[in-house]
Amino acid sequence: MTAYEFIQRDRGQHPPALTPDYKTSVLRSPRLALWSLQNSLSEVTGPVFGQDELGPLDNDLILNAAKTGEPIGERTIVHGRVLDENGRPVPGTLVEVWQANAGGRYRHRNDTYLAPIDPNFGGCGRVVTDSEGRYAFRTVKPGAYPFRNHVNSWRPAHIHFSVFGSGFAQRLITQMYFEGDPLIPRDTIINTIPDPAARQRLVAPLDLRAAVPLDSLAYRFDIVLRGTRATVFENKLQG
Amino acid sequence: MTLDYLPETPSQTAGPYVHIGLIPHQAGFEMFEKPFGNVLAGPDTPGERIRIQGRVLDGLGTPCRDILLETWQANAAGRYNHPADRQDGAQDPGFRGWGRTGTDFATGLYSFETIKPGPVVGRHGHKPMAPHVNIWLVARGINIGLSTRMYFADEAALNEQDPVLRMIDPAIRRETLLARREQRDGTATYVFDIRLQGEGETVFFDV
Ligand SMILES: [Fe+3]
Repeated sequence: MTAYEFIQRDRGQHPPALTPDYKTSVLRSPRLALWSLQNSLSEVTGPVFGQDELGPLDNDLILNAAKTGEPIGERTIVHGRVLDENGRPVPGTLVEVWQANAGGRYRHRNDTYLAPIDPNFGGCGRVVTDSEGRYAFRTVKPGAYPFRNHVNSWRPAHIHFSVFGSGFAQRLITQMYFEGDPLIPRDTIINTIPDPAARQRLVAPLDLRAAVPLDSLAYRFDIVLRGTRATVFENKLQG
Repeated sequence: MTLDYLPETPSQTAGPYVHIGLIPHQAGFEMFEKPFGNVLAGPDTPGERIRIQGRVLDGLGTPCRDILLETWQANAAGRYNHPADRQDGAQDPGFRGWGRTGTDFATGLYSFETIKPGPVVGRHGHKPMAPHVNIWLVARGINIGLSTRMYFADEAALNEQDPVLRMIDPAIRRETLLARREQRDGTATYVFDIRLQGEGETVFFDV
């Protein structure tokens, strides 16, 4: 087996650390340059999670916190594949999601937005990708919500995603948006990404073919993690 | 002709409510039967029991109380629990080597209960890497996760030879990656504060 390492991250696809329009970034952004590291075992390895660590309802946000009934909101399936930059599926990787309820309120002790808590909605789930890198979860569509950036700043409907990949250097957190939402072009957070084409890749299209007739709408969101390159000819990784 | 690589999905901030998804108990509710947490070592894990504890400070030196941190480390024999680590010798299937926690909403402190890792093999032709813990952190106001490493200040001889520490210039900045050893509540504790910005800014890596 050939040793491999990750292709250098293209920082142009990502937001820079300092984005003054997103005010919280001002004091939390490093000002010195990142130190570039050639990969070692510390970067190409990462935690491995088993399907057996998850409960049967972990990817069903409609049922995983239901108490007296089902949560209120548009029943929605979100599905897609986790691939790497080489176009290969990333199987067996952990995908975690969290979101506000249909009214735009998070079930979080620090969220004081006046929209009501939904007693039947937790707003988090997790799933491990299958052998072809596929994942799916079921939820209700989150609502838009205000946040204290400007006095009239609103977040478009979105779902937060956390993905692992096979090595710790692939670790990624992002947000998925819903096609057609008029708040997307006005959103401070998505606009931290300078490249419009990169922003567009966070907008999930409606996927009517994957909808369940008379039951749930569906959106499709594919996630691309860093790809690998073999290190055959050079000062390679051990192994 | 175009090359058929796919571009990586862009990062977005984890936001103020990251706890809901990744550590729901801190958001105020129990969600999963098997949650992830900050205790890495079980009763049978070989190695010296240690605690890692510290704060994450912003550009004004204020402790950030909403940071999510993850650690990734080798076992006491310097092996990672991952198929890409193909070295012979002491594997420890019971030790995943990964932990996750948030800084406390009141005190700003984070902590991990783990074992001290062994030295890890370096790149081909390089010296071994001194014992270290890889750290990744995200939060509101952080647009893309920050990667750093914690080394052990009491491993001066190994740190001196470490190929990553040696590369950092000016050398004074290497000190931002050293955790000092203290006894706290009867536990060997390595204290590691992370400075996001300003004086003593921690070295973050483009890994
Ligand atoms: Fe959000």
